[in-house]
Amino acid sequence: MEILLVILIGLLYAAGIYMILRRSLVKLIIGLILLGNGANMLIFLLGKIVKGKPPIIEATGKALEGLYADPIPQALILTAIVISFGLQAFAIILVKRAYKVIKTDDLDEMNATDEDL
Amino acid sequence: MSSPFVVLPIIFQLFLAVLLMFCWTQKNLQKLISVVGSLVAVIISVVLFAAVWKEGIYTTQAGNWVAPFGITFVADTFSTLMVLLTTLAGLAVSVFSVGSVRNARIKFGYFPIYHFLLMGLNGAFLAGDIFNLYVWFEIIIISSFVLITIGGEKAQLEGAVKYVTMNLLASVVFLTAIAILYGLTGSLNMADLSLKVAEIENRGLVNVTAILFLVGFGIKSAVFPLYFWLPASYHTPPPAISAIFGGLLTKVGVYALIRVFTLIFIPDEFMINLISGMAAITILSGGIGALIQNNLRKIFSYLIICHIGFMIAGLGIYTETALIGSVFYLTHDIIVKTTLFMVAGLIFKIKGTYSLRLLGGFYKEYPKLSLLMSISLFSLVGIPPLSGFWAKLFLIEGGLSVGNYWLVGFILLGSFLTLFIIAKVWAGVFWKDSIHIPVKMQVKYFHELKPLKRQAMVGSIIFLSVLSLSIGFGAEYVIQVASKVAESLMNPQDYIHAVLGQTN
Repeated sequence: MEILLVILIGLLYAAGIYMILRRSLVKLIIGLILLGNGANMLIFLLGKIVKGKPPIIEATGKALEGLYADPIPQALILTAIVISFGLQAFAIILVKRAYKVIKTDDLDEMNATDEDL
Repeated sequence: MSSPFVVLPIIFQLFLAVLLMFCWTQKNLQKLISVVGSLVAVIISVVLFAAVWKEGIYTTQAGNWVAPFGITFVADTFSTLMVLLTTLAGLAVSVFSVGSVRNARIKFGYFPIYHFLLMGLNGAFLAGDIFNLYVWFEIIIISSFVLITIGGEKAQLEGAVKYVTMNLLASVVFLTAIAILYGLTGSLNMADLSLKVAEIENRGLVNVTAILFLVGFGIKSAVFPLYFWLPASYHTPPPAISAIFGGLLTKVGVYALIRVFTLIFIPDEFMINLISGMAAITILSGGIGALIQNNLRKIFSYLIICHIGFMIAGLGIYTETALIGSVFYLTHDIIVKTTLFMVAGLIFKIKGTYSLRLLGGFYKEYPKLSLLMSISLFSLVGIPPLSGFWAKLFLIEGGLSVGNYWLVGFILLGSFLTLFIIAKVWAGVFWKDSIHIPVKMQVKYFHELKPLKRQAMVGSIIFLSVLSLSIGFGAEYVIQVASKVAESLMNPQDYIHAVLGQTN
């Protein structure tokens, strides 16, 4: 399971960075989304995966015993997902506006701000 | 000492932002609330600073969960100093916004978002939990995204695409670093991490994580080779927005770098060399970048990069004296950079252009304003006894004491480049004969504005210039504060004890 996740995370990061380096604005957004997902999976993996052991204290016990699934990475991922959801929604709208105003989706042609005013 | 008072600067900005949202359509009421609120925020942060100065570190545990498990907010001298500077710069920019931001932008929620940004900044400075720091960073960037695009001009959108991309990338890198750090230590509390990271035997993995943090914060604080988004975007939004960006946003990155690399990752020789090298090239590339620009705000954007190099250099030298220099420079730079972008905005409002080629004759036409602007320009160069001088003195002293002569050389070169650039700006904008600049229809010129708006713009510049002068002339007091900050940074036991006090 771990090795599968490692490969998946590697693929997500690689694909994300590759997409960011493309010139198209839409591919840029897809790249950022893939990278964000890769980071979330990484948190999940590094929180040490335990199967079938929810962090719930038994009715008879007073504390968690033995190996149990760490709930913190899940809370972190949930926070990160919510944040990246908002940011991605903003980024998509921004790209749409930018495309309408600048009339290109090629990043190489977005150099008006570098010109001498 | 535990006190819920620590989160008041954050809660108060949240309260202001929400209150402003209820006054969505009333422009004048929004302006009033923003200015009065910012004034109250300054008072709160002064009280907090005084309390921490007298009684030591304040902490609060969110939801009363004991330290390494819950989310901690910590107010030590460094945090409260940064909060104080944020609210001071925030007050000035709020007043400046009253004068310079157009009604169309205010109608789309300029002021509420501005206070959300300040909330994020205060939160980042007070966070004692690394994941919480990430969340505050996200609040800062989402607010800054809205501010940089508000108005939707072509240049703004183009700058925003670059700004948004690089900041999202920085967040992902930061999140990756947090993931690995959590995997290594199983903790997120910064004080707890400080203890746990020191115990890890696999130093290679620790260094990799440290470099991930360096990259994440490096993009945000615009160090070489990660700064290229800054000069592409900072000159596009309205002057009030670039003032708060130029003054504070990169400095949060610097604050985070200093905090993380003095508390969690104590740099070994490799990291010291890496940070020093980055600082040196940042100084050089920022300075040389500024040399060839002709747009006033672009010159100042590159100067931000150049001077970020000074602060990182203090971290690279890594002695108490050098850190005093860094903290002093941070104090001085927040105030002066905010003023400079306001000055650029005021010049634009009067003349209708940022171009050094077209500007000229400012001193002849507006001698008093020129004199006022000269204060911030010359503070930046560090002509004694103005504020920039003292900080560099400590940086150079620190560098010489550890024999890091080449970095000292770069700091001196950076100062010289700054001097040259400011001389060029002074000659170009103030002394050169004025030529006829074509009147632009879409610009609302300074003389067309109402007197109150004019006074707001000039008044906020006067306020920050006086602050900058008092940092220069009252350097003794600032040095006292900076020494205390540097001492506690080099000896983080007090910080750790204040946070984990109950369990240790």
